[in-house]
Amino acid sequence: MDLSCTPEEEEFRARLREWLARTLPALPPRPSPDDWPGRRTYDLGWQRRLYEAGYAGVHWDATPSVRLIFLEETERAGAPYVGANFVGLLHAGPTIAAEGTDAQRARWLPPILRGEEVWCQGFSEPEAGSDLAALRTRAWRDGDDYVVTGSKIWTSHAEVADWCELLVRTGPAAPKHRGITWLALPMDAPGITVRPLRTLAGPAEFAEVFLDEVRVPVVNRVGDENDGWRVTMVTLSFERGTAFAGEVVACRRVLAELAVEARKNGRWDDPALRRRLGRLNAEFRALWRLTQWNVSAAEASGGVPGAGGSVFKLRYSHARQELYDAAAEVLGPDCLDLDRPWTPDRLSALAYTIAAGTSQVQHSIIAERILGLPKGR
Amino acid sequence: MRFRLTDDQRALRDGAREALARRFDGRALRAAVEEADGGGADAVGAGRAAGPPRLDRRLWRALGDLGFFALRVPEADGGIGLGLAEAVLVFEEAGRALLPGPLVATHLAAGVVPGAATGETVVAAVDGGLVEWLAEADAVRGDATGAVPLRSLDPLTPLHRVPAARPAPDPVAILLTAAEQLGTAGRVCELAAQHARAREQFGRPVGAFQAVAHLCAGILVRAETARAAVYAAAVTADPADIAAARILADDAAVRGARDCLQVHGGMGFTWESEVHLHLKRAWVRTQRAGGVTESEELLAAALTPETA
Repeated sequence: MDLSCTPEEEEFRARLREWLARTLPALPPRPSPDDWPGRRTYDLGWQRRLYEAGYAGVHWDATPSVRLIFLEETERAGAPYVGANFVGLLHAGPTIAAEGTDAQRARWLPPILRGEEVWCQGFSEPEAGSDLAALRTRAWRDGDDYVVTGSKIWTSHAEVADWCELLVRTGPAAPKHRGITWLALPMDAPGITVRPLRTLAGPAEFAEVFLDEVRVPVVNRVGDENDGWRVTMVTLSFERGTAFAGEVVACRRVLAELAVEARKNGRWDDPALRRRLGRLNAEFRALWRLTQWNVSAAEASGGVPGAGGSVFKLRYSHARQELYDAAAEVLGPDCLDLDRPWTPDRLSALAYTIAAGTSQVQHSIIAERILGLPKGR
Repeated sequence: MRFRLTDDQRALRDGAREALARRFDGRALRAAVEEADGGGADAVGAGRAAGPPRLDRRLWRALGDLGFFALRVPEADGGIGLGLAEAVLVFEEAGRALLPGPLVATHLAAGVVPGAATGETVVAAVDGGLVEWLAEADAVRGDATGAVPLRSLDPLTPLHRVPAARPAPDPVAILLTAAEQLGTAGRVCELAAQHARAREQFGRPVGAFQAVAHLCAGILVRAETARAAVYAAAVTADPADIAAARILADDAAVRGARDCLQVHGGMGFTWESEVHLHLKRAWVRTQRAGGVTESEELLAAALTPETA
């Protein structure tokens, strides 16, 4: 067991740290959370800078160790998060890289890396959230096109996306996991309506997307017809693997800020609160170690993160909620003030145990795939 | 960063597991419990005629021969010369097997107290307000003056209460205890999953019921998170990492054993089931090397710039 980095990795870290120190002060101010066009411009601008400095492909090409160093250093320096590029960089991109044709890779991957195109995720539907394979959005062949009709929900960044990784049902008679196809949907196609959804956290983070006889060229299909479930599982294993690693570093920073705040406002004298923060320190240290453990395992097997990603996702999403509950205890009555940054964060943390597979679904995955328990209902 | 077991570490762990299975299997565990209990179920209500448990000296010397105590003693001093990471893997196996005896105290005394490294000398240590295995020890580290036996909750860990002041806890003792807790966490996860696959109710294995499956998954999540924390602390030997490892491992062992008992239902509540032995030992270990409060305070202090 070794937690030290190779000389090459240390060199990468030093170069990145130096570049971040030089680049971050020159960034424009961050747009407000509900300014979607502003967020798109800001996030793509950040991606463009990464591209020009040679860091855009780190999410895909680098070894998992280097990817972890990248996430650690950018988060530590307070650099922007992937933001609107999340789906393109961490889902659609890796999926197309793994399952697409050469022509598809050439068409879609460079604009993601260069910060030119934004993707959104058309997976969930009103009747198919946790039971993703129950999706009903239909697509049928008409010449060189698929014609798509249905609706999607919880689609982040749909308002500003150029493309959507869309799951559709092409085999209505097949068992539900076997009749699904993965399509790249151009968001400017006729027949698409995007309706922003206001969340409990305030600004519209998601949208509903309505599809009314939208034509998608057959060449936009990634993987075979009716093989979309397998393609999707590739995507989801990335989602549960290292996608949250940077956020653990961010949580550790918030925890240190909480300790500073508690010292300032006198709450630190309460031993129960100190012990609670100490326990959270243990928790986030352990989650960072778990990330390193999973990444090392993925590196050794040369592939996609396995069901261990579910262990991390489950534990992390709850720890994040506990962190902001502790923040509320530190703040006292101020925890009700939406202008305190920890208050909106506390609200948005509520999504973590639901999005990307609820905690209950993750428990079932762990029980069945790791512990070998019989499939339940 | 290659945060995974090396081939040598894997071989060491497998070797330790096999050796312990040979010398202290489930039957030996059962026999030790029966002996300590003074004849098992028949003795209930009849007092403890058998007295406190005896330490199996042959087993202790065998552990010495295997290098259990001399593991971290330098080769130049006749030891094996391995590091903390290897010690953690071996103590995890000891925890899995519910191996009885003052393992941590004797291991820490190797190279200091004559005979400890080979298992010829059994060493107990005053730890907080308690001493484990005092009556069976050949040597005691710390001041055990005024020691009074208490009726130990764990049938295989006799305890004495000691009025002595608390010395500062040894981080290595905390880490090795956390490793034992990790062994318990892993073992109870296996026991729970085995039972959930095999035991049928309402015409189905109980593991097919979501409520039971999710209990089992929770045991695994806590054990695997603790594993990352304990192994990392063995690599860095950083006091804050060690404190974190103990918090996660205590939780994984204690809550894991409780949930395992719940998965076993009524069977889990019986003396015959192995589960209560894991829970009781896990509770004993939570009192070692300072309690969890000290670890939490250490980690809280590590958050503030003044003491970072």
